[in-house]
Amino acid sequence: MAAYDYDEPSATHRPASSDAPSQEPGYDPNHVPDSVKSFVVHLYRHIREKNVYEIHQMYETSFQGISERLFKDTPWPSVDAVAHHVDNDHVFCLLYREMWFRHLYARLQPTLKQRIDSWDNYCSLFQVVLHGVVNMQLPNQWLWDMVDEFVYQFQSFCQYRAKMKNKTEQEIALLRQFDQAWNVYGVLNFLQALVEKSAIIQILEHEKEGLEQFTATDGYDYSGGSNVLKVLGYFSMVGLLRVHCLLGDYHTGLKCLQPIDITQQGVYTSVIGSHITTIYHYGFANLMLRRYVEAIREFNKILLYIYKTKQYHQKSPQYEQILKKNEQMYALLAISLSLCPQVKLVEETVNSQLREKYGEKMIRMQRYDDEAFAIYDELFSYACPKFITPSAPSFEEPLVNYNQICDAYRLQLKLFLYEVKQQQLLSGVRTFLKVYSSISLGNLAKYMEVDESKLRTILLTYKHKTHAVDTDGKTISNADVDFYMNDDWVYVVDSKPPKRYGDYFLRQIVKLEGAINDLDRIKLD
Amino acid sequence: MGREAPQQTPPSPQHQQQQQVSFTVEQLVAVNPYNPDILPDLESYVNEQVSSQTYSLDANLCLLRLYQFEPERMSTQIVARILVKALMAMPAPDFSLCLFLIPERVQMEEQFKTLIVLSHYLETGRFSQFWDEASKNRHILEAVPGFEQAVQAYAVHVLSLTYQKVPRSVLAEAINLEGISLDKFLEHHVANSGWVLEKGHGKGQLIVLPRNEFNHPELKKSTDDGIPLDHVARIFPILG
Repeated sequence: MAAYDYDEPSATHRPASSDAPSQEPGYDPNHVPDSVKSFVVHLYRHIREKNVYEIHQMYETSFQGISERLFKDTPWPSVDAVAHHVDNDHVFCLLYREMWFRHLYARLQPTLKQRIDSWDNYCSLFQVVLHGVVNMQLPNQWLWDMVDEFVYQFQSFCQYRAKMKNKTEQEIALLRQFDQAWNVYGVLNFLQALVEKSAIIQILEHEKEGLEQFTATDGYDYSGGSNVLKVLGYFSMVGLLRVHCLLGDYHTGLKCLQPIDITQQGVYTSVIGSHITTIYHYGFANLMLRRYVEAIREFNKILLYIYKTKQYHQKSPQYEQILKKNEQMYALLAISLSLCPQVKLVEETVNSQLREKYGEKMIRMQRYDDEAFAIYDELFSYACPKFITPSAPSFEEPLVNYNQICDAYRLQLKLFLYEVKQQQLLSGVRTFLKVYSSISLGNLAKYMEVDESKLRTILLTYKHKTHAVDTDGKTISNADVDFYMNDDWVYVVDSKPPKRYGDYFLRQIVKLEGAINDLDRIKLD
Repeated sequence: MGREAPQQTPPSPQHQQQQQVSFTVEQLVAVNPYNPDILPDLESYVNEQVSSQTYSLDANLCLLRLYQFEPERMSTQIVARILVKALMAMPAPDFSLCLFLIPERVQMEEQFKTLIVLSHYLETGRFSQFWDEASKNRHILEAVPGFEQAVQAYAVHVLSLTYQKVPRSVLAEAINLEGISLDKFLEHHVANSGWVLEKGHGKGQLIVLPRNEFNHPELKKSTDDGIPLDHVARIFPILG
């Protein structure tokens, strides 16, 4: 439990004081330095000209650069101060404020008023996207960041609200007055509306039939249209997965993601943050649903991907976040593999990283004693999402030391550890099944030091826990070692890894073709 | 910039008007997953599932979600029914899925503690303890028709994953039947599910359960042998 910090650590430094107003005394919201002026003027122009490449450069590089130089501990100039440089363009101002708040959240502590204003800005922005005519082409990175930040600010608000202990009367009055701000229905309905209005599910369906292009163009529209609604709708499916995971609703979360085929590359892999968020939550939900093989497979793939590509992200503002999620997913992989020791599913590089980080802990986890449970607890707490309680606490009794966030997290932890406890006898069975090809129930009971009827229940538990039910209601085996029984005998299934002739021949065919081509090029006189 | 009204209402769930046309509750859930107005419909749908012996996990999760958003509207009686129905859906993990959404203080209530214990016995294959505990709590379980049969079906499922031939006594314990009712149960499955009764080696009957890939591993189709089409597609240019 110790490793679980109740405050979401941000990608960047965040000050500890909670009630201090974030504006620095020297900050003048109306002062617009030249570099900011030039930034907004150019960004505005590139957006009008639909120059995605330039927009992306300014968004990723210039914004970060200027923030680093001029706005390290202060907000950017207010939108009113820059509006006249951009023809008071309504949509541009909404976009500017979205970045303004994001920067504020990342570097300063937002006040309650600012949290509410940011919600208000998202409402206006999404309303325009949903109901207005938006004729822009924005980089996927930016559109992903919008959805990601929207969900993050919701989560952050729930955590802020849950801590009733040191709220001022003023704050409580504001919370009452603006009870719609970051309301869970509002958040979910915006994401859902973006999914529906964008018709993204149908677009992905059509794409499978070859009737439409989406993935092939990374979601961009090269025929003069806008990508904004479509791509926001697409990322909103990932946003829904995340919100549902934060609420402990893993089944519904996975259902929201279903239109995206995560066995393939897709728009979700075009932005590293989206790729990681998708797989982290997908894997976590599967872990909670006891579909360990699925969790292991996807964690393995993404961890390998991060391992191979992380050097390219070193300069990215998301780099720290990438590393953090990387570590968390290793912890989740360690848990999954401890409950379902299918090491053959894990790539060598990932495996050696895993052993380095958690090898010793994983050996102890196999013992299922109190110390082992403490490690399950520790890894889960370190790696789980920041669960939230979506309903408002009682404002009448704010003085009660009532921490909802703790409640939400504790419930998920408790249920998870309960599952681990139910599986605690299985590792003993595993050990014996690995060394016998057949054994009588009586003997196995003797070796395991239990009576026969107890052993029968352990064997049934093993079967039940290693055979998950997938979304279609089909039974799928997660068993690393399997067995069957005939009356009082246990027969262990020989699980030789199947030889992969197919891939071998495919590789050889390609090699041969290469050799023939080489030969063809050689002219013999 | 022209500031909008300080509080904008989030988009109202779409298709609201169509609701008035007779939609099934499942369709309601599909188009309005986040709409508090459907809460009463979902509650009566739980009762309908109980009386008509049907089941919808999605609708019930949707209801638990609405309770989670507005705890003051929660009916513990309905929650209990949802949990009993979820137990009946074993081997699916529905019971845990529901618990994930029910606040801990609610789970502390006596009737929920009982259900959690029952679930624990089923999850760990302890059928005789399960039936003991169930007989002490008839008032909770008998309110839901089909409960016994559903648990028996789960027991048969786990036994079929495990055994090629299961001793009669083991089966009897798992499904909590004996004597004539057990004979009838067996008769039914011999006639309908391909069970075969066999004489054991001196100590009672053995029941040969239908073959499946889990109790007869040789039946398992090795999917690893197959090659996905897109792998083959990569060499099409060469073959062409």
